[in-house]
Amino acid sequence: MLDYSEKYSMEVADGTPLKKSLARSLRKEKLRALALIAPLLIFVLVTFVLPIGTMLTRSIDNSIVEEILPRTVLALEDWNEKGDELPNEMVFRSFVEDFQDAIADKNHTKIGSRLNYEVSGMSSLFRKSARKVKKWDLTDNAPIKQKLIEVNKAWGDVETWAVIKTHSVALTNGYFLNAVDMQRTPFGAQAQPENKQVLVKLFIRTLKMSLIITGMCILLGYPVAWLLANLSNRTSNLLLILVLLPFWTSLLVRTSAWKVMLQNQGVINDLLVWIGLITEGSRLEIINNQFGTIVAMTHILLPFMILPMYSVMKTIPPSYLRAAKSLGATNWTAFWRVYFPQSVPGIGAGSILVFILAIGYYITPEIVGGTDGIFISNRIAYHISSSLNWGLASALGAILLGVVLLLYWVYDKIVGIDNVKLG
Amino acid sequence: MMLVNSTPESLLTKSVPIVVAGAIFGTVYGQVNGLVILGFSAGAFVSLLLTLFYAGVLKQKFLSHVINIALFGTFGLLSSSLHSAIFYVILSIAFVWFIFWVTEAKYRANLLPYLSSSQVAWHYLFRLICGAIFLFLITPILVVLPLSFNAQDFFTFTPEMLRFEPEGYSLKHYRDFLGLRVDSNGEWLRAFQNSLIIAPLATLISVTFGTLAAIGLSQSHVPMRRAIMAILISPMIVPLIISATGMFFFYSDMGNFLEETVGINKNAVGYIKVVLAHAVLGIPFVIITVTATLVGFDRSLTRASANLGANSITTFFRVQMPLILPGVISGGLFAFITSFDEVVVVMFIGSAGQKTLPWQMFLGLREQISPTILAVATILVVLSIALLSTVELLRRRSERLRGMSPS
Repeated sequence: MLDYSEKYSMEVADGTPLKKSLARSLRKEKLRALALIAPLLIFVLVTFVLPIGTMLTRSIDNSIVEEILPRTVLALEDWNEKGDELPNEMVFRSFVEDFQDAIADKNHTKIGSRLNYEVSGMSSLFRKSARKVKKWDLTDNAPIKQKLIEVNKAWGDVETWAVIKTHSVALTNGYFLNAVDMQRTPFGAQAQPENKQVLVKLFIRTLKMSLIITGMCILLGYPVAWLLANLSNRTSNLLLILVLLPFWTSLLVRTSAWKVMLQNQGVINDLLVWIGLITEGSRLEIINNQFGTIVAMTHILLPFMILPMYSVMKTIPPSYLRAAKSLGATNWTAFWRVYFPQSVPGIGAGSILVFILAIGYYITPEIVGGTDGIFISNRIAYHISSSLNWGLASALGAILLGVVLLLYWVYDKIVGIDNVKLG
Repeated sequence: MMLVNSTPESLLTKSVPIVVAGAIFGTVYGQVNGLVILGFSAGAFVSLLLTLFYAGVLKQKFLSHVINIALFGTFGLLSSSLHSAIFYVILSIAFVWFIFWVTEAKYRANLLPYLSSSQVAWHYLFRLICGAIFLFLITPILVVLPLSFNAQDFFTFTPEMLRFEPEGYSLKHYRDFLGLRVDSNGEWLRAFQNSLIIAPLATLISVTFGTLAAIGLSQSHVPMRRAIMAILISPMIVPLIISATGMFFFYSDMGNFLEETVGINKNAVGYIKVVLAHAVLGIPFVIITVTATLVGFDRSLTRASANLGANSITTFFRVQMPLILPGVISGGLFAFITSFDEVVVVMFIGSAGQKTLPWQMFLGLREQISPTILAVATILVVLSIALLSTVELLRRRSERLRGMSPS
């Protein structure tokens, strides 16, 4: 008796079984598709994904202390940082040796500013002490502990040594703790002093303002999208230009336009004074605060809300509304129970897009936000370019990126990345 | 037979909205001149009188327009200048049109006949709200245009500008942009040149790689399609400040390597860094537009071409490319504007030699407020209008080519 598959197996011209031949051509097709994608994928992976990945490692990387003060770190291992006793002579000696090496390599300011992120004053302590410690001769085995404390009495402080020991680990959670207003101490994670707690507030403000902006965009975008979807093609195409033109206009042009509109001597204030609603002396403060940021960003992000809403509403047949009304629904019921549920996907797509774009905004808050209208991005930029606390910047960036990627994932689940449309 | 009954009583009730509008206008006008009560009553009274005369006595649209223009125009001329007379003529046309629109019930003409009056009111209120939102969208852009011709170094309208006097306007900010002024240092022009070097190169890279990858992605069997797509779109989603931070560290290492090991000069390395960074940022746009074009692509065309003896390269350039070209070009334009408009990344990884136009604008907005920004803004608005029209035309052409009805 012949095997079923043998009996009925089909073959292509050169004698290979059809199944095998099909599998081979499928594999070939897959390989060709991958070969087309590969150059770009590699390019994006190397110049985009990898840099962001390595940036994220900076948020936990803390090898600097161990590299510059290797002997001190080793010697401090036996010391109890929770007690109130100073480290022994041995630790002081190793520290001075390390310190002199660091001065020779010009690394002592680096370690000073690293520890200064945790306790202010460390940077100047290291800088000032360096001038004296530089010339010391260590060969005579004279006691060094007292000598160092004489240079600066901060060296006689248990806390100074506790800070060095606490931050000597190669991988630290310190930056992430700082990012949520906590600090790494010998006694575990503790809250920062009240006056240094700014970042959690900033995160909350960023989320709150992004939500407000998203809400404003829904409120302003929905009627416009509805109008565009229900007008004749000719008119709606003309009106769509009014939506697309801001979309295509440079972000900086729009931001400077809002600066022109909102400033104290700006168009809106001038107009209100001219009409007489406000007096010359009581011009409105509508820029360099949260209000300015919300207005300008709502304007900038509104097209990103209108376009997805419009493309969803375009697919809702107008006959549904008429059917609802002919069955006795009032205008409101017909809208709320029949039309609105069908337009929810558009609202969802637009909202997630606007929210994702809003929480990462930097330029507009920087220009029209003043001090209380800035976002977490502005803080990251500050730590990168001014305070040079790159570890903290990376930790803040990692948290922000986490939120954005979560929303991106949700967006992909709900809308699908393939369905993103432009223009 | 007239459909609208125009007895004096009903005309009076009909004139209510006109009187209200007149009163509001009068109040605003009075407020400006410090005479609120007078403005209010005069506005209401004049509009009632004119309504009764035009719609009740004259009943003739053209004649009403002529009389009203003469009336308002003279008032404008007498009260101030020629410019305000033009304003009053426009106001007059709108006013008379409004009178006849209301009294002859023209507002119901395009609506379903069974709508109740509250539904009609809602219809127009809704239009009004939408109009206000459109105004919100477009005003900031329009305000910038006239201000860029300001003769003063201010960011606001001067009284001369509002009176439309020629002395209030000048091209000095444009001259500053072009470096033609004595005190200008050519910074803007240099920034513009940098933008014009960086953006096209970045666009070229993203379009070339992006189109190939989009064609690959649109094949029927691609392993891990979703994941690859997510990675390729991510530069659009990841906040710019995070991309910029990551690239800052990466490109400074790469720059050092290129300068010291390969030995390329510092300036060229600066451009390479910025171009590569901008190319990555433009890629999602190319991928999205080209895959959208490929959705409707008829695969049998490539098979037909292969059947007729063309190899895959000929097929690509002679059959596939012409059909997806509109998508490729609009993707390219998106990539171009992304690079041309980008400021965060270039500030982080570029050096002073690569200062682009947006960077210069950003500095101008944050530090020394210079109205030249508005001249640049106007030029950029004109540029975006040009790009927008190109993209729209291409989209329609593409839809026509693919046999969809153009929308």
